[in-house]
Amino acid sequence: MRIGLFVTCLTDTLFPETGKAVVTLLERLGHEVDFPMGQSCCGQMHFNTGYRREAVPMVRGFAAAFAGYEAIVSPSASCAAMVHEYHPVLAEGDARLERLVAAIVPRVYDLSTFLVGVLGLTDVGAYFPHRVTYHPTCHSLRLLRVGDAPLRLLRAVRGLDLVDLPDAETCCGFGGTFAVKNKDVSAAMCADKVAAIRQSRAEVVCAGDNSCLMHIGGALSRMRTGVRAMHLAEILASGEGR
Amino acid sequence: MTALGRMPTYLGMPAFPDAARRAVADSQLRRNLTHATTAIRAKRAGAVAELDDWEALRQAAKAIKDHTLANLGTYLLRLEENVTKAGGHVHWARDAAEANAIVTGLVRAAGADRVVKVKSMATQETGLNEALEAAGVTAVETDLAELIVQLGHDRPSHILVPAIHKNRAEIGGLFRTAMPDAPAGLTDDPPRLTAAARAHLRQAFLSAEVGISGANFAVADTGSLVVVESEGNGRMCLTLPRTLISVVGVEKVLPSWRDLEVFLALLPRSSTAERMNPYTTIWSGVTPGDGPSEFHLVLLDNGRTATLADRVGRQALRCIRCSACLNACPVYERAGGHAYGSPYPGPIGAILSPQLRGTGSAVDASLPFASSLCGACYEVCPVAINIPEALVHLRARAVEDHKRYSERTVFQLSGYVLSSPRRLAAAQRAASFGRHLAGRSGRIRRLPPPLSGWTDTRDAPAPPPESFRAWWARTRGSAGRGGQAGRGGQAGPGSRPGGAAG
Repeated sequence: MRIGLFVTCLTDTLFPETGKAVVTLLERLGHEVDFPMGQSCCGQMHFNTGYRREAVPMVRGFAAAFAGYEAIVSPSASCAAMVHEYHPVLAEGDARLERLVAAIVPRVYDLSTFLVGVLGLTDVGAYFPHRVTYHPTCHSLRLLRVGDAPLRLLRAVRGLDLVDLPDAETCCGFGGTFAVKNKDVSAAMCADKVAAIRQSRAEVVCAGDNSCLMHIGGALSRMRTGVRAMHLAEILASGEGR
Repeated sequence: MTALGRMPTYLGMPAFPDAARRAVADSQLRRNLTHATTAIRAKRAGAVAELDDWEALRQAAKAIKDHTLANLGTYLLRLEENVTKAGGHVHWARDAAEANAIVTGLVRAAGADRVVKVKSMATQETGLNEALEAAGVTAVETDLAELIVQLGHDRPSHILVPAIHKNRAEIGGLFRTAMPDAPAGLTDDPPRLTAAARAHLRQAFLSAEVGISGANFAVADTGSLVVVESEGNGRMCLTLPRTLISVVGVEKVLPSWRDLEVFLALLPRSSTAERMNPYTTIWSGVTPGDGPSEFHLVLLDNGRTATLADRVGRQALRCIRCSACLNACPVYERAGGHAYGSPYPGPIGAILSPQLRGTGSAVDASLPFASSLCGACYEVCPVAINIPEALVHLRARAVEDHKRYSERTVFQLSGYVLSSPRRLAAAQRAASFGRHLAGRSGRIRRLPPPLSGWTDTRDAPAPPPESFRAWWARTRGSAGRGGQAGRGGQAGPGSRPGGAAG
């Protein structure tokens, strides 16, 4: 299957290792991965902050970059959800764009749904001998509804000790520009998430969104907890000797 | 004479982030809120899980409300006709001032200088207690939590549990100092506190000439009003006084009793996590020899028809004031209800207040942003209000109404960069310089404003020497479809950004 990698601007700019991990993983599973260079940003930050007009060119750019791919896979449930939920809304009024977006949306997946739901896999041949806990990000949980796909993938990783995260489904407090506009509430939410992670005694907290991980990881590092924040893709791409 | 406070006005409330900062720092408040919301969340989940047709009920409720709102004029006129037929009087109030003037006039006409009140959101919204006080009428709140709030000259911080921010010790202290007829040696023991409040209120019930209420529902077919409550104090107010005045938002109307059935199943489970609430009082006009001999219904608009005109925002009018969204909200749990500067706190308040009042004030303009968009509110809402969708919609309106030029410039500029892969690649090369801000940890500990809002409590990741797209272009060539590798595509790990990137 020819897969278009929708890497997201955040991962592209700040977390290239996650993008490389997705490529490694999908190629290891025998798929052809392409990175359409025309992609930039899905427009979520602008749209969610109230700058709708500024988001429209990004919707247009996304549609142009990804039209024609059989599957479009992203290491961000949040950005995939943005495409699903709001690209059709932003395309309204431009009939050509509406048609283009409508054709693309059903083929946009987050990594875990693609692996489990489309490819029918849970064991992706990974080896990661660490104690790991999983934080279900809000948009993966409530917008994209990935269900237990990430947990099934993690359970199949050799050497991995998966531990429960208390109050896992509570928001970490990232929320895009919320993290800065309402920094006190955001930090209080994050402090509670960090406390839950420490309670789990995990060495690594993983999730399907680098945005939330940047927030949680930033607090884990500021508090010198020694716990690492890591994207699910990087764990799934890990193998013996890596 | 009891020491009744005036309900402080919401005018001049600070923006949400400022009010929330103080609440977050109040550890006692945080403990009270976390304790209460955690308990009710778990109970609600249990009560909802008992019904296997919950989702069907929820969709039915949504459909009923949407149909009624789309035909609001028809059902309101039918309600008016049937209330009148049953011996009641119907008044129409365009806004808070009109509603307060109508009620004050009716209380005066009844010759009363004291009224008993059932817990009512609509009269909090209109500031009726202050209006009555200005007219020389004392309003006694009879809901236990509303009484606590009133005695403390405080404001409610939750729709269903107005004194959720207080614990029993704080309430005990308040009763001992502010309730003149509190028994000597009153302790913080909840049954004793309840008994003290009961004795205090009983006198008010028996002597009041006028009762004032809101309503949870109004059934158009029979002109019936419905009040759902737990304490029975509401029923006292609804049945004992000679005159009853109910102030009801126009969106509360339902076509028929069959519709009501759906809501009576959804509301108690969503709000108090009960299968059925202890007291449901339903009345139609007046009945000679039974209950009030005079009944007035004041139908309140106060921004509702304007809200109805908004295609996305109008879903807020489906709200049945159950509070499930407040209890589910991680932001509410930390910021508390007062930060929302409105009788309607929490997620529903964040979409309702700016619509009913406009985004003119600092607090109203900030409310659509008072959410991390986690979606927990939408998940628990019994009438399926997509609160995150409405929040984002209202953010766009707030951005239009309040042009903050510095922020706008940032977003226009970043939009310009992010909408082009070539410009993004150039920006990534420039940002890559930022990695020199990082210490040995590979983390950035301090950034200038507004990004200091991030680094105050969190480290920021150092930009990598090479972006993903640069890595792809270097290792895979520009074979990618679109072929717009741009100059960024050729940047290797050690390459220096050119002048254009700066």
